[in-house]
Amino acid sequence: MRRVFFLALLLLAGTGQAAHAQPGSTTYHAADAPSSTPVAYLGGMRPVMDQASYFHGILDQLEGRYDPGGSDFRWDGEAWYGTDYNRVWLKTEGTLERGRLHDGDHELLYSRAVSPYFNVQGGVRADIDDGPTRTWGALGVQGLALYQFEVQATAYVSDRGRFASRLEGSYDFLLTNRLILQPQAEFNLYTKSDPARQVGAGLSDVDTGLRLRYEIWRKFAPYVAVTYSGYLTQARRIVHDQHEETGSLRFSFGVRSWF
Amino acid sequence: MFIPSRIRGGLTRRRFVTGLGAGGMMAALSRPARASRAISGMVPPASSAVWNMTVSRNRVEIDRKVLHPACMEGSVPGPILRWRQGDTVTINVTNALRDEDTSIHWHGIRLPANMDGVPGLSFTGIPPGETFTYRFPVSQSGTYWYHSHSGMQEAQGLYGGIVIDPPRPDPNACERDYVILLSEWTDVSPMDIMSNLKMQDDYYVFRQRTAASFPREARAAGSAMAALRDRLAWSRMRMAATDIADVTGIIYTYLLNGHAPDMNWTGLFRPGERVRLRFINGSSMTFFDVRIPGLEMLVVQADGNDIEPVPVDEFRIGVAETYDVIIQPKEDRAYSIFAQSEDRTGHARGTLAPRAGMVAPVPPMDPRPVRTMIDMGMGDMKPGESMKGMDMSDMKPDDDMAGMDMGDMDMSHMAHADTPPMEVDDPGPPPLNVENQNVAKMPVDRLGSPGDGLEHNGRRVLNYRQLRALRPGVDQRPPTREIILHLTGNMERYIWGFNGRKFSESGPIRLRRNERVRFTLINDTMMEHPIHLHGLWSELENGQGAYRPYKHTLISQPGSRMNYLVTADVPGMWAYHCHLMLHMELGMFRTVIVS
Repeated sequence: MRRVFFLALLLLAGTGQAAHAQPGSTTYHAADAPSSTPVAYLGGMRPVMDQASYFHGILDQLEGRYDPGGSDFRWDGEAWYGTDYNRVWLKTEGTLERGRLHDGDHELLYSRAVSPYFNVQGGVRADIDDGPTRTWGALGVQGLALYQFEVQATAYVSDRGRFASRLEGSYDFLLTNRLILQPQAEFNLYTKSDPARQVGAGLSDVDTGLRLRYEIWRKFAPYVAVTYSGYLTQARRIVHDQHEETGSLRFSFGVRSWF
Repeated sequence: MFIPSRIRGGLTRRRFVTGLGAGGMMAALSRPARASRAISGMVPPASSAVWNMTVSRNRVEIDRKVLHPACMEGSVPGPILRWRQGDTVTINVTNALRDEDTSIHWHGIRLPANMDGVPGLSFTGIPPGETFTYRFPVSQSGTYWYHSHSGMQEAQGLYGGIVIDPPRPDPNACERDYVILLSEWTDVSPMDIMSNLKMQDDYYVFRQRTAASFPREARAAGSAMAALRDRLAWSRMRMAATDIADVTGIIYTYLLNGHAPDMNWTGLFRPGERVRLRFINGSSMTFFDVRIPGLEMLVVQADGNDIEPVPVDEFRIGVAETYDVIIQPKEDRAYSIFAQSEDRTGHARGTLAPRAGMVAPVPPMDPRPVRTMIDMGMGDMKPGESMKGMDMSDMKPDDDMAGMDMGDMDMSHMAHADTPPMEVDDPGPPPLNVENQNVAKMPVDRLGSPGDGLEHNGRRVLNYRQLRALRPGVDQRPPTREIILHLTGNMERYIWGFNGRKFSESGPIRLRRNERVRFTLINDTMMEHPIHLHGLWSELENGQGAYRPYKHTLISQPGSRMNYLVTADVPGMWAYHCHLMLHMELGMFRTVIVS
C-alpha cells in the first residue's frame, strides 16, 4: 500500500517536473559559471582570499627504538608549501643505527590535487645515507582511502633503469579524543637486487609500528610504540650473508609533532 | 552600574556620538573605556543621524586572553548605533590603524551599493589615516548590525549593533530594551585557525566518536552492531558524524555583549515589565541555541522585520541573523540568558535581574548533536543503506514524503502554474572533485526543523516555517527566473564554494534590474551555512504565501533544499556569501551584479 502511494507520488512529481520543464532546461547552466569577462573589482581588490598558499610540516615519527645492544633513532616526516591544488612536497626518512645512517630516503615532489581525497605526486627521490647514493624518478598517489586510511603508493625508476615501489598506510584509531592508537606500515619493493644497499628483488623490507600517542596539543603528541623493521625474501638472505640483523622488534618512544 | 573587572580596554581617543539627542550618551561616556563596557547592550536613549567613529587597535583582555584587535571606538563590541527610519544617516568612519585598511559593512541595510562597505565591490576600503563618509537614507527599521569586511577584522572584534526606530510608534516597544550581541573571543589569530584547518580539518574538534564513547553509542543505537554499522558508514564516506562546528570552545570564549560567561553581563528589569531583547549573532563561526530557563520568549522580529509573534522556549540563531524577543519576567528573581554553541563546547551567558549582582542557575549543556543521513542529503535513509537497496516501504508517507523535495519542490512550482514560463539556471548535480566531497542525492525541505540537536528536546524551538511577516511582501510578482545553487565543500581539504567551485574559479551571478528571482539552495555539505545576500532582501518561501518573511541571512540546513525570492531592485555589485567567516574566505562567496 505504501509502495503504491510512493509510486503515485513519484509519478506526480514526474509530471510536475515535465509540466514546468522549459525547452532547453535540460541543458545545465550555472548562474555563477566562470565568465570570460572578468569582473572589474574596485581598486583591483578581491573580496576573499581563497587562493592563498600554506606551509606545513609534520614529523610523524621522531623516535628512539630501544634495544640493549644499541638503540636506533628514526625519523619520518614531510613538509609542503602551496595552494589547494598545487604544492611542493618534501618527504624525508632515515634510521640512525649504531652511528650509521640507514634507509635514508628523501623526496622532492610536485603534488597536484586530483580528487576529493587524493593527490598525484611526481618528482625525484634520492637515497642518501651511509650507503651508496641512488637517485630515482618518482610518481605516486597520496590520500585518504575509504574508511579513512591514510595511504601512499609510489613507483620509482632509477637512473640505472631499475624499478621500485613503496606502499605506506596508517590508520588513526581514537581510544579517546587525545589518546590515539596508530598502526602504520611501509613496504618497499624492487625489481632488482642491490646488495650494497641491502636491497633484494621483490618485497625487500618492511617498517611497521603500532604507536600510541597522546595529543597534549594537536601539534605535539608524545608516543610509545612497538616497531618492527626487517628485511624480507631475497633481501633477508643478502643481509643474513652480510652477518647483519635481519629484523628487530623494538620498544620505541618518540614524539609526533607538526607546524 | 555593573563594571566588569576583567576588562581593560585601552582607550585613547573618543569622539563618539555627535548630533541631536546624544547628550545623555555623551554624559554617560565622559568616563572612558569602563563606562562604555558597562553600558554594553544598552540601546542609546535617542537616535542620531550623524555618527563619528574611529577604528583603532586597542588592548582588550577577556577571559585571560589578550588581544590587540581593530575595534570600533576602542571596545568589543563597538557602540550600538541608533537610527530612525526616514532619516538620512551620515557615519564618518576614521581609520586609525597603523598600516591596514578597514571597512564597515551595514549588515542587512538596504542602501546604495557604494555605501555597502565591501572593499572591491562597493568601494576601495578606508586606508589608514583616512575618513570615509557613509551617507544613505534609512528605509527600514529593526535590529541590525555592522562589521568590518576587511581581512579578518570582524573575527577579532570589529562589530556592533544597530537599532533603527520605525517612523510610527513601535508596536513592540517595551519598558526595557537591550541588545544581546553574541560573539566569540580567542587569542588564536584567524589566519592560524585557517591554516590549521587546511592541515587538519578536525583540529579543533575534541568531541569525536572514540573507543571510549562506543558503549554509550551502542546503548543509544540499540546494539553494538548498529553502532558499529553507523560508524563504518561514516568512516567509509570519510566524514565524521561529530563534525558540528569547525572551530570550537577549545579556543573560543563565547561572549554576550563582550562579556565572558563568568563576567555575567546583567540587564535589569522590574518584575512585570516587558523586556525586549535584540539578539544578534555577531560571531564568525558559531551558531547559538538560545533560551532563558523559566521564561517564554515571544519572537517578534527576524532579521529586523516584524513577524507574527511566536512564543518559544528556545531558538537557534545562525551567524549574522538577528531575532528580537519579548519577555515578561513576573517574579522578583534572576534569569539566565543561556546561549550554548551548536556543538555544545561552550556557552555565552548573561543575567536578567531585578538588581545588579544577582545570579541565576546556569543550565547544563545539552548533548552535542550527531549528524545523520539526513544531513548527508540522503533523506531519511538509515546509515549504510545504499540508494538502490533502499526499501521505500519503510517510509512513513505522511511525514517523510511530505518533507521530500520532489513533493515540496513541485508543489511550489505548481502553485505558480499560471505564471509566465520560468528561466532556470540549473547547474545540475555538483561534481565530486577536489572542492566537493558529497552530493545530496535526496535533499529535503527542512524548514520545519529547528535544526540538528534541537529536535524532540522537549522544548518549543523556533523553526523557519513559523516565521510569518506582519505585512504582505511589497513585491508580489511571481519569479521569472530560478537560480539553483549547490552549497559544496570539501571538509578534508577545507575548501568551500558553490556548485563545486570556489570564488576564484567562478563568475558573477548577474541579475537584471528589478528582476524577480527565485534562489534555490541545495546544501550538499553536512554543515549549516548562513547565506547572506547584501543589499537585497531574501524572502523565504516557507509556506506563508504573501506573508513570507524578509531575511538578510538564511540558514541552509545540511542536506536541505530551500527557496527564497529576491527582487533585484538596487543596481550595483553585491556580495553573496556564507557568513561563516572561514567558509567565505575560502571560497563560499559570489559577486551578484544587478544591472
